[in-house]
Amino acid sequence: MRKLETKRTFLTSFLSGLTSFTKRVRGVFANFLRNLASLRKRGSAGWMTLIGSVIVSSIVIMTLISPWVAPSDPTAAPPVIDNPLRAPPSWDFPMGTNKLGQDMLSRVLCGGAVMLQVAVLSVFFCFLIGVPIGLFASYTGGMLDKVCSLVMDSFYAFPGLVLAIAIAAMMGRGVVNMALAIAVVYIPSYFRVVRSQVLTIKELPYTEAAQAAGAKGRTILLRYILPNVVPSIVVVATVNFADAILTAAGLTFIGLGVGIDVPDWGWDLTKGFELLPSGAWWVITFPGIMIILLALGFTLIGEGLSELLNPRLEQ
Amino acid sequence: MGLRSYIIARVLLTIPMMLLLLSIVFVVVRVLPGDPVALHFERRASEEAMETMRQRLGLDKPLYVQYFEYLGGLLKGDFGKSMQDYSPIGQQISSAFPATLELAIFSMLIAITTGILLGVRASRSYNSLQDHSIRAFGTIAYAIPVFFLGMIFQLIFAVELGWFPTGLRTRPTMEPYGLTLYLNEPAGGFVTVLLWSFLVGLICWALCFVVLKRRRVKFWPRGFLLSLPAFLAGWIVWTFAAWHFTSVGVLHISTGLFTIDSLLEGNIVKFVEALKGLCLPSLTLGIVLSGVFIRLTRSNMLETLRVDYVTAARARGLKETAVVYGYALRNAFLPILTMMGLQFATLLGGAILTETTFSWPGLGRYLVSRINFRDYTAIQGAIIYFGLIVALVNLVVDIFYAYLDPRIRL
Repeated sequence: MRKLETKRTFLTSFLSGLTSFTKRVRGVFANFLRNLASLRKRGSAGWMTLIGSVIVSSIVIMTLISPWVAPSDPTAAPPVIDNPLRAPPSWDFPMGTNKLGQDMLSRVLCGGAVMLQVAVLSVFFCFLIGVPIGLFASYTGGMLDKVCSLVMDSFYAFPGLVLAIAIAAMMGRGVVNMALAIAVVYIPSYFRVVRSQVLTIKELPYTEAAQAAGAKGRTILLRYILPNVVPSIVVVATVNFADAILTAAGLTFIGLGVGIDVPDWGWDLTKGFELLPSGAWWVITFPGIMIILLALGFTLIGEGLSELLNPRLEQ
Repeated sequence: MGLRSYIIARVLLTIPMMLLLLSIVFVVVRVLPGDPVALHFERRASEEAMETMRQRLGLDKPLYVQYFEYLGGLLKGDFGKSMQDYSPIGQQISSAFPATLELAIFSMLIAITTGILLGVRASRSYNSLQDHSIRAFGTIAYAIPVFFLGMIFQLIFAVELGWFPTGLRTRPTMEPYGLTLYLNEPAGGFVTVLLWSFLVGLICWALCFVVLKRRRVKFWPRGFLLSLPAFLAGWIVWTFAAWHFTSVGVLHISTGLFTIDSLLEGNIVKFVEALKGLCLPSLTLGIVLSGVFIRLTRSNMLETLRVDYVTAARARGLKETAVVYGYALRNAFLPILTMMGLQFATLLGGAILTETTFSWPGLGRYLVSRINFRDYTAIQGAIIYFGLIVALVNLVVDIFYAYLDPRIRL
């Protein structure tokens, strides 16, 4: 025993750290699963959240393992592959092939990566920009608040897609550019939610008590207000995922997508649109259904969460 | 604050918003990469020629000079000239706008009617199978990409079944912005006109029934016999009128909304053609938008159906439909109205995608096609126009809201 304790080399400490880390991760994961399973007992809102998370997580897992699962290379072009062009679904190609003869099944399996990246990044950008501005402006109040509200309101009332198209077109292709263009559209909704929450919380007794006890503005903002704003931000962010995915698909459809050599559901839809007069339904149907499923999953989570966190209609 | 001062304050607030939007668009368009002059010449012109072009377009001046010149022109109602073909932007936009407007109006109508009807239905059967399926429909409708639904509709109803034209409003070979119409051809034969006019006869018949029902005339046999002449008269008169007018063949554009233009002309065949073109795009956009309205109507109706005055109305023995639509929906309508204003922006965004899917020659397609050329003035003009419409709609909605709910004005 003693020998073991004394022999704490770098390797053993690293290994024990690793095992405790994996144990902790496993614990967190198990806890998460248990929480997820207990959602069943929370009525229809719980069911919605549960179904939504199952859909989203299975799509995420599918995207992660797709490079090993996909039956063929989704981006290989005609000189390399020799498949029938525009073939309807058959045993060889369960989802048919597209104009270049690429297997649609592999493309559908691998195509989620772009959408997920864009969605996650744009929500991250929104979070990074919208929340601090909202917190600071509405807490300070006065002229800054008025100006910020005016700017955000004018953006909020404006057709978001128009703005996203303009910005995405100017910035050029790429995941980050697309995410930024989408983020610009949705920042105002974060700002509005944060602002309305802060204005309520600012007047609550515990905030006033903290002020009376002499807490600094920063402390109040970060330790008293922010934690209470987070739940509503989470709801907005989840619904926002769905919107970001739909906007990303729309941008791709207009021709501002990420690129040609990347498998992407939105891009497949765009290419399938050109084949529409020939009646090739399989090229658009499967990627379209995947986009719907992904957006639906996030919408379900968002709706379910907002009902769980704000049980207004429960009798 | 009275209603008038509320309206004035609201209008005054719109001005800085528009100005802000304009400034941001102006800067963003110019700061981000891309050069309209190089794109105009397709990068094949000499440096001097490009410089001359820049001078001609006023792009060599400092940014603030350009900004104030543009703003000055805008105040005079001048949207500037296109950097691609030197035609006035205002004219191009006003020729493209009616198409978008028509699409927007019809899809909003579809969205609101389906949204309210289904939402009310769901709230009346709370937690039943019907409620759940309507909710599921609403959620799925919200998650469908507009253009995907449009493509599926096109695939089923235009390509496979052939009920609707694939290239709508215009033919694919035509210049999309000239609004030269596919309606300009003489309509089918006499039989077609006869068949379509049958519809008008049916409408006359239905109207007659409504009148007779008010007077409590029984359907059989008196009501039926009394309304028969109305049907025959409607059918025959309209057939001859339509046949007369269709031989003219050209649709005179006065408003730019084909449905209204054809009705002004009194030409049923052209009206039906215009509706046929409008059907799929507006249905697509309407279904996608209806999701939000279903959800909103349902949750608001669930609240109002539990309020005391609704119970009181029921206790007085009013009919269920009268209670639901006359008492509950009336009071649940305010949030729906606000949502209509907000959703109008979403609608215009969706209209861009729908226009692209159905090659509909509206403002959205105009914007998309000009963005690729970095046609600064056209982009600014289109975006300002979008902003103005949204601001206008929101203004109307707000005023209407204030009119309905006096608490707002206080």
